[in-house]
Amino acid sequence: MPLANYAGADVSDGSVADYFSLMKPRVMALVVLTALVGIVAAPGHIHPLIGSIALLAIAVGAGASGALNMWFDADIDAKMARTAARAIPRGKITAEEAFAFGSVLSVFSVLTLGLLVNYFAGAFLAFTIAFYVVIYTMWLKRRTPQNIVIGGAAGAFPPMVGWAAVTGGVSIESLVLFLIIFIWTPPHFWALALYRCRDYERVGVPMMPVVKGGDSTRRQILAYSMLLAPLGIVPSFIGLGGTTYLIVSSVLGVAFVWYAYKVFQIRDGREADSAARALFGFSILYLFALFLVLLAEHTIRIAMGG
Amino acid sequence: MDQNEEQKPSPHWLRQRRMRSIAIALMLLALTALFYAATIVRIGGNVLNRAL
Repeated sequence: MPLANYAGADVSDGSVADYFSLMKPRVMALVVLTALVGIVAAPGHIHPLIGSIALLAIAVGAGASGALNMWFDADIDAKMARTAARAIPRGKITAEEAFAFGSVLSVFSVLTLGLLVNYFAGAFLAFTIAFYVVIYTMWLKRRTPQNIVIGGAAGAFPPMVGWAAVTGGVSIESLVLFLIIFIWTPPHFWALALYRCRDYERVGVPMMPVVKGGDSTRRQILAYSMLLAPLGIVPSFIGLGGTTYLIVSSVLGVAFVWYAYKVFQIRDGREADSAARALFGFSILYLFALFLVLLAEHTIRIAMGG
Repeated sequence: MDQNEEQKPSPHWLRQRRMRSIAIALMLLALTALFYAATIVRIGGNVLNRAL
């Protein structure tokens, strides 16, 4: 790593793009979408500028927790094929720099949300970051196969934070948005873990397939998927989603269970890996589609003055 | 080559630091503008509601 000693500290030659990559831009995109749905679906009015600031603060907060995750996990990231090209294992940024970057962004995002939007949303964002970094990354990830089940809550909070930015509180509707992402997370990550099992095994991360084996993981993926499909349509029955949402979430929910069933059914060889990859890919499409439809419906409602 | 020369930052390192510094400056400017604009929005019409 080309370092230079600057004011007594080793400073890397990481570029702005390297720092940006610490924020896990693809995860951030999902956070932006789900938080935006929380903002536009919430009852009440928020000035567009204040709403945009809330969204920006939530996105930066998510990015900050990503950077802190990369700081803490730098040792295992270096040994896994999926993560070996990240900025720290590649030697572009030191772990200490990632820690400083993540910490500063965490503080700024929480303060900005608290001061410019409302204190409850700011506190909620701080809790979300702490949950992801401390509860998931530092505590659960390397200790229990339930790591992503409980840790998944961190990824599910953004729509609730967005909702809180408008209303200053939580409600059953925002809780439903949370639950959809929360229940979606295990089949999503376990599908990935099924075909990356050896990677996780090598670095000692107790993902479900490593600890309980493929069969148990497949059963649990199917169980969570069967729970997710009906949960996905609940927004239509509590006034959050309209007819389009009901149709899309029903069709995609059935497809999700079908993909999960394929994973359950095909257990050996390359076909098993392909089925897991297919479910992983589809799970991303599923969540994006559900939230995009909610976003479209609420945007149209707002545009029509509803 | 003595040790001091080895410690000297390379042109690439200096260029990256400059880019990072510019990015930080832009971020701080944006943050300032954001706080200014949000303050105006939050005060709203109340800015005129004062004793003359």
